[in-house]
Amino acid sequence: MPQPPFQRFLDAHRDDVWRFLVASVGRDAADDVFQETFLAAMRAYPRLRPDNPRSWVLTIAHRKALDHFRARKRRAVPVGDLPEVPAPEGPDIRDDGVWERVHALPAKQRAAVLLRFAGDLTHAEVAIVMGTSEEAARRNAFEGLRKLRQEMTA
Amino acid sequence: MTEDRLAPPTFDPADAAAAASRFAATAPADVHYALVDSPIGTLVAAATPHGLATLSYADQFDGADGVLDWVAAKLSPRMLEAPARLDDVRRELDEYFEGRRHDFDLPIDWSLASEFGRRILKATAAIPFGQVSTYGKVAAQAGNPKASRAAGRALGANPIPIVVPCHRVIGSSGQLTGYTGGLHRKVALLQIEGVVLG
Repeated sequence: MPQPPFQRFLDAHRDDVWRFLVASVGRDAADDVFQETFLAAMRAYPRLRPDNPRSWVLTIAHRKALDHFRARKRRAVPVGDLPEVPAPEGPDIRDDGVWERVHALPAKQRAAVLLRFAGDLTHAEVAIVMGTSEEAARRNAFEGLRKLRQEMTA
Repeated sequence: MTEDRLAPPTFDPADAAAAASRFAATAPADVHYALVDSPIGTLVAAATPHGLATLSYADQFDGADGVLDWVAAKLSPRMLEAPARLDDVRRELDEYFEGRRHDFDLPIDWSLASEFGRRILKATAAIPFGQVSTYGKVAAQAGNPKASRAAGRALGANPIPIVVPCHRVIGSSGQLTGYTGGLHRKVALLQIEGVVLG
């Protein structure tokens, strides 16, 4: 069976990828990473016969989100005394404060929590994306949640 | 956040739709397509960087999705809906249906036609607006006067009707014979061009 038009793939997965990226890179950066994710997916698309296309495209989104943070770290240079500019308030700001806190988790816990709860993948699927055992994926998500809960109640 | 769950972040689906539209409009797909309304029904226009590859009647393959599946299988599945990239096609078709355009200036990608089909289609493209020819004559122009039946088949498989005017080819005794999109469309197109049918 030849692959259906990529447009159909885009339509089917855009909401899942967007939700994952809003949680992982934030609303403002989500659009850039979204474009990069689907560009990479479209390049690979004709050669691929993914059994689980949703998990496949979220894997790409996950990697592009990591690239985004690496690039941002490289760009970040120490700055002198800049005036404090308050972050703009409004509906565009990430509404769920808890997802801000997820960024502070250790890398594996962060990835497991994002993929499991923002990507809505099963622990087994998260394990494949992260290249770990299912048990490790489950434990990382659990530890991450426990840490979040401690911080929220502290 | 509950004991073992974390509610997914809320998001506005309109933002996801906007990001997807931006992608479809700007990403370099192998095939860009759009649905085009016309007085004789909805058309599916699909173009590659070389030009227009097909202009199919949407009801030809049980709907636009059927047409798109066929193009994906024949050309490439890297296909995006990008109406702005088909503005020229839409404009020239509008002008044609309003009677203001007799020749199309669109670049053509012939890759959906066979080698022989291309020769037949190119000979057909030379028939002027408002005139008709026969299967035999078109076959002769394509280099094989005896191939009028094969010419009929090639025209029946014309991937770019209207722009490649296969509606201007009729039987040698004046009968309309057939048409990819149904005979009623052949009649409508010939009427637009002022052809008086016997």
